[in-house]
Amino acid sequence: MADLVDAHPDQVVFTSGGTEANNLLVKGVAASPDISRIAISKVEHMSMLEPAAALGDTCAVDYIAVDSDGRVSGQALQQAVRPDTGLVSVMSANNETGVIQDVQSLAEIARSNNIWFHTDASQAAGKINVSFSDWGVHAMTVSSHKLYGPLGAGALVVDKRLPLQAQLHGGVQEHRLRAGTENVPAIAGFGVAAELAKRELTERALHARKLRDALEQGLVHFPSVTVFAREAERLPNTVQFGVQGFDGETLLMQLDRMGIAVSSGSACTSGKTEPSHVLRAMGVPAALALGSVRVSFGKDNTLADVEQLLKALGEIINAMKSSAVMMAASV
Amino acid sequence: MSEKHPIYLDYSATTPVDKRVADKMCSYLTLDGVFGNPASRSHAFGWDAEAAVEEARKQVAALVGANPKEIVFTSGATESDNLAIKGVAHFYRKSGKHIVTCKTEHKAVLDTCRQLEREGYEVTYLDPEQNGLLDLGKLEDALRDDTILVSIMHVNNEIGVIQDIAAIGEICRSRKILFHVDAAQSPGKVSINLDELKVDLMSFSAHKVYGPKGVGALYVQRKPRVRLEAQMHGGGHERGMRSGTLATHQIVGMGEAFRIASEEMEEENKRILSLRNRLWEGLKDMEEVYVNGDIDQRIPGNINISFNFVEGESLLMALKDLAISSGSACTSASLEPSYVLRALGRNDELAHSSIRFSIGRFTTEQDIDYTIDHVRTAVNKLRELSPLWDMYKDGIDLDSIEWAAH
Amino acid sequence: MAYSEKVLDHYENPRNVGSFSKDEINVGTGMVGAPACGDVMRLQIKVGDGGVIEDAVFKTYGCGSAIASSSLLTEWVKGKTLDEARAIKNTEIAEELALPPVKIHCSVLAEDAINAAVEDYMQKRS
Repeated sequence: MADLVDAHPDQVVFTSGGTEANNLLVKGVAASPDISRIAISKVEHMSMLEPAAALGDTCAVDYIAVDSDGRVSGQALQQAVRPDTGLVSVMSANNETGVIQDVQSLAEIARSNNIWFHTDASQAAGKINVSFSDWGVHAMTVSSHKLYGPLGAGALVVDKRLPLQAQLHGGVQEHRLRAGTENVPAIAGFGVAAELAKRELTERALHARKLRDALEQGLVHFPSVTVFAREAERLPNTVQFGVQGFDGETLLMQLDRMGIAVSSGSACTSGKTEPSHVLRAMGVPAALALGSVRVSFGKDNTLADVEQLLKALGEIINAMKSSAVMMAASV
Repeated sequence: MSEKHPIYLDYSATTPVDKRVADKMCSYLTLDGVFGNPASRSHAFGWDAEAAVEEARKQVAALVGANPKEIVFTSGATESDNLAIKGVAHFYRKSGKHIVTCKTEHKAVLDTCRQLEREGYEVTYLDPEQNGLLDLGKLEDALRDDTILVSIMHVNNEIGVIQDIAAIGEICRSRKILFHVDAAQSPGKVSINLDELKVDLMSFSAHKVYGPKGVGALYVQRKPRVRLEAQMHGGGHERGMRSGTLATHQIVGMGEAFRIASEEMEEENKRILSLRNRLWEGLKDMEEVYVNGDIDQRIPGNINISFNFVEGESLLMALKDLAISSGSACTSASLEPSYVLRALGRNDELAHSSIRFSIGRFTTEQDIDYTIDHVRTAVNKLRELSPLWDMYKDGIDLDSIEWAAH
Repeated sequence: MAYSEKVLDHYENPRNVGSFSKDEINVGTGMVGAPACGDVMRLQIKVGDGGVIEDAVFKTYGCGSAIASSSLLTEWVKGKTLDEARAIKNTEIAEELALPPVKIHCSVLAEDAINAAVEDYMQKRS
């Protein structure tokens, strides 16, 4: 596991998943007497945003803005930090749009201000090069089930100097930072998955990139489709787009009927009807954000899958258009 | 089976996953199985996973007489204990800040209570009686107007004694105090009917019941409704009480393990009890051996024995063909003997000399016979080496000696 | 916890287990440790004319490392003068047995035991 992200095995604290790792980071740092203010980006996963929102009086939280392509600039970071900011957290890659942040530069800015830096690499690890040591971060979240490992395992990689207090009590496991009997098979599975991810990283990325490019070229032919964060550097396997005039849930249901499993954004916010906080932070209009579809490819998808998706999408959009025309005609 | 060494007699620490459970779990992992994220609402992969989770929830609930809606999945009993105790303490902090528990609880409860003390709560740690059971009168005396929670374990992990949670529940309910039970060790061993018990919260583990590690559950009673402040945030899974992607295969494994326990516990407990009796029959005629904890109010699979004048860690070393555990935590720098045995009032020598044998689904008669043989030989050998045994044989009262503590 | 091969060897085949009559004038007895702490060592030496340790025996209640430390010590002190025996340091025992940090106290106890035994012998003589 440590190898995949260029860290030392002693720095790894295994948890029950990415959510627990992010909770441990946010609450564990906030519980430290040294830290009374943190700054996190507006596009973080719910498992960062919600614990931060739950901190209450003990620790203030500032939010770092993103540009229209979903990127955190050095300038935005500088603007968000205050003299008493103790920790900054910016995710390595976004779970909806796939946008990759320049973690190395952002961490450097934090370090030069004597601020601890955490990055949630749940989506990035196994898809792009992720380096705890080269990036110079002090903490990093990694999830097993996003890189073909089992559900139920994750890790917080931590620099020993980071002030962090355990959140689960009742044992001395994981350097006293996480009590509870270790989920040995899941952790072992996580380890093997990480090893495979490292070995096959380039191959998997090239494969995903090929599928993503094919999909985006196909989407150009639909004028009502907007690919989000198109100009930003993104994960090779992720495309998120909006379809003007469509409700995302309806679109997904129709796609599901046609045998295609995609989502609107995060599975964790699945079933909710509010527009994605990530897209809103990028300034995407609510109407378009509500029609968002996230396609994330895996190593087992093929070009035929892409063609099938494009065909299905075309049929749904055309059907909708003709019914809209008919409705207009009948008025 | 008996030729396979070492012989596993540490079922209270963890159990192997039952083959039936493992097989079922495997069909919820790979591309050809049900691998989806149960929270994905937009496709069949997610729906199938969700259905599997709900089926498991029913299976878990069925073994303990609960409604499936009262079961919240967690990463294990440690997390369940943390969630129950902190969740209640934080939610009801305006009603009071006093909690009552017992000195022989698992660390997951004790360390959580210590954390709450750091946050300004007050905790009473009750002493059990010499047999490990609570005196209910003493429990009642400890309750105050500002007591918000009582947390008492069902079955003790070291000595296997069973607390009278039905009676404790009555006491708590009559005083309108919430009652949490750490039941990590009891499903499949003692019957539990939450429909009748006056228990508000109960923690469960899968890996003590032949299910996988990394999954547990918390029972949160609906009528009367118990409120909790979530301890893990981010997505609002499990009705807002526990965020985090549900590990489908683990949960399915827990459900299957609980289903098997429901069907087989009666037969299994009879068999295990006869093995435990066989073990004790084979050892009890030795000099200076003592059972720790009440012998009757105890789960069938556990027996905890002190072999006086023999130090536990050296005994474990002599019994390396047996996977057992010692109450002596000599391997830690603290050199402290088991806090559970000390709370029972056992002197330090006896606490240092204790061994926990825990018997389970795959233990055989041959395993037990082999164990009896080896334990007798090892204890005799170590007593030959023990200056304390010499002194005992010479009729010297060890308590009369002034030991230089170091 | 993994034990070194030397600890295992002394534990499996402890050398010089036994007792001398502690009332004999040429016997020194050192008993150190406490049952409450989980280890008690009893080391006895038999001293010949000229102050050389002719024989040594032990009995130990304690973990494998404590047993090994005392067993090793009985081998080492035989043939040594009292001063030489007292000069044995716990670090030498710990090193010889490759004791991990949490077991260093076992070697300390052994050092205490030989010092106590020599002390006992000297007191009887004076």
